[in-house]
Amino acid sequence: MEQFLQQIASGLANGAIYACVALALVMIYVSTDHINFAQGEMAMFSTYISWQLMTWGLSFWVAFILAVVFSFVLGVIIERAILRPLHNAPVLSIVVVFIGLLAICNSMAGAIWSYLIKEFPSPFPKSSFGIAGVIGPHQLGVVMVTLIVLGLLFIFFRYTPLGLAMRAAAQNPQMARLVGVRVDWMLALGWGLAAAVGAVAGIMVAHIVYLDPNMMGGILLYAFASALVGGIGNPGGAVVGGFIVGVLENMVAYAGNQIEKATGIYIIGNGEKLTVALIIVITVLTVKPAGLFGRVVVKRV
Amino acid sequence: MPAFPKKLLWVLLALAFLVPLLHPLFPDVVSDYRLFLVSTMIIAAIAVLGLNLLTGFNGQISLGHGAFYAVGAYTAAVLMDHLNMPYWATLPCAAVVCFIVGYLFGLPALRLEGHYLALATFALALAVPQILKYKWLEGVTGGVQGIVLNKPEVPFGLPLSEDQWLYYYCLIVMVVLYWAAANMLNSRSGRAMMAIRDQYMAADTMGIDTALYKTVTFGISAAYTGIAGALSASAIAFVSPDSFTIFLSIKFLIGLVVGGVGSLAGSVVGGIFYVLVDNSAQALSLFVKNDLGLQFDLSAYTVFGILLIVLMYLMPMGIVGGVYLLMRRLRGLRG
Repeated sequence: MEQFLQQIASGLANGAIYACVALALVMIYVSTDHINFAQGEMAMFSTYISWQLMTWGLSFWVAFILAVVFSFVLGVIIERAILRPLHNAPVLSIVVVFIGLLAICNSMAGAIWSYLIKEFPSPFPKSSFGIAGVIGPHQLGVVMVTLIVLGLLFIFFRYTPLGLAMRAAAQNPQMARLVGVRVDWMLALGWGLAAAVGAVAGIMVAHIVYLDPNMMGGILLYAFASALVGGIGNPGGAVVGGFIVGVLENMVAYAGNQIEKATGIYIIGNGEKLTVALIIVITVLTVKPAGLFGRVVVKRV
Repeated sequence: MPAFPKKLLWVLLALAFLVPLLHPLFPDVVSDYRLFLVSTMIIAAIAVLGLNLLTGFNGQISLGHGAFYAVGAYTAAVLMDHLNMPYWATLPCAAVVCFIVGYLFGLPALRLEGHYLALATFALALAVPQILKYKWLEGVTGGVQGIVLNKPEVPFGLPLSEDQWLYYYCLIVMVVLYWAAANMLNSRSGRAMMAIRDQYMAADTMGIDTALYKTVTFGISAAYTGIAGALSASAIAFVSPDSFTIFLSIKFLIGLVVGGVGSLAGSVVGGIFYVLVDNSAQALSLFVKNDLGLQFDLSAYTVFGILLIVLMYLMPMGIVGGVYLLMRRLRGLRG
């Protein structure tokens, strides 16, 4: 039973990370209809920045904040410089540009910081955090940090004029422009925020998966699955989807272990995590493309 | 985009067949290593050709063709390793297996468009190395270690070296596949494929069985890329799960975009191009590290990434398309 609770707890901790990256994906998708394949690698790059700042002697939280701000700026710049001119380009061009970004972020991180796997510190003190036997200090800390970030984002979008303007720009760009919202800049800000949220996820997860240029590949896949489960057009859904997928992932591995213990037959385990995500992605896309909370889009012919 | 000028094609082909015969005259220029390199370019060209059939001519985006390449390579490797099948007999088997896999993947892909299809195939590409390491398959696939094979032997006692024979072998396969693809695209079926790409609704209304065409195109495209995979298995004489990561699929995408989306000749250019950059990047990386003394692990993907983005701005039709446009503009100036 204790093991079961542990699995759920660590599922929630992973889920918090997936929720963040999924939210970043959805924020970009809602305002531009693009799926950002480079989201994970951008987050990885920001994580390296924070690692670099820490090795220069800054404390964890200062490095954290500086890296998040850096990613925000980088996100805005990428949107303005690279994606804006391609606004009306065909889907293939957009996808190709995202893949190009992915390749650049990945190889640049490898070039600057080498492909060696690095340890990443955890800011949460071992003594005062966590509940013995159920959830570790870092896992609890991750859940708390992500919940704080999600809460701040919610407050920003719900209660500030700028948040309102950004929602308006995403929902109905033409009308928003007519009432004086600078839609272009709202999109760029959205990109910046998405990159920042992704950076939070990257820095939080680096202690668990260790720091290397390919660390976000699996996480990005799970974030896609989360966003799809929640309905890719729905930010709240993406967060819920993240937690669902996180717990589901651990439950599947746990069930696989139990079956192997009981019957001696290996069916599924930790080695098949990406395959599970692939199955989730394809199942949701084909069976229920709107996800749990998304709207069904009806196209006029 | 117009077809490649036929006369030029024949000249290039004749040259390609004659080059290894120059070996006794210029042993250093036409070395075995260079021929091997060209063979890998030819293999790359076939893989990109497969991707182009799907993405360029049928409009279905795939970021996961590395998966089919892997299936082809593993089919060939397993058949050679476990059943002692001769290397040339594995090609049709790999083609059939990949056709079936591609066809089956094409069924759910029918419901996906644009970004979503890209997403699903991206997920496939990410998951491939793990699937190959699956415990139940280990007995067949060799798990993490992969499978070690023998290089193709020179048949009929021909006076060729192993690499020279490999070159001819790959070249013949590519010529056959290129010819088949060109004929298919020139036929009723090819026009149906392109009609689906250009105007899905109109094609459907005209009575084209869009679901059948899309899934079969997926299958054929997978078969082409799978054949390339099978060829690479016997050329490199080794397969392992970690050589089929997402970056393999990205390389195919590079080949597609650089050569030209929707151009057969462009696929060949694209395949040659990415192998070339891949190889010179290693040399460049060594140069930066040893000669300049900088602590940079330069990889080809920086070049690839920048190229992908720049090409989307400057030459969305790829190099072949760009050259064609340039030629037309020049001709327009003269006339």
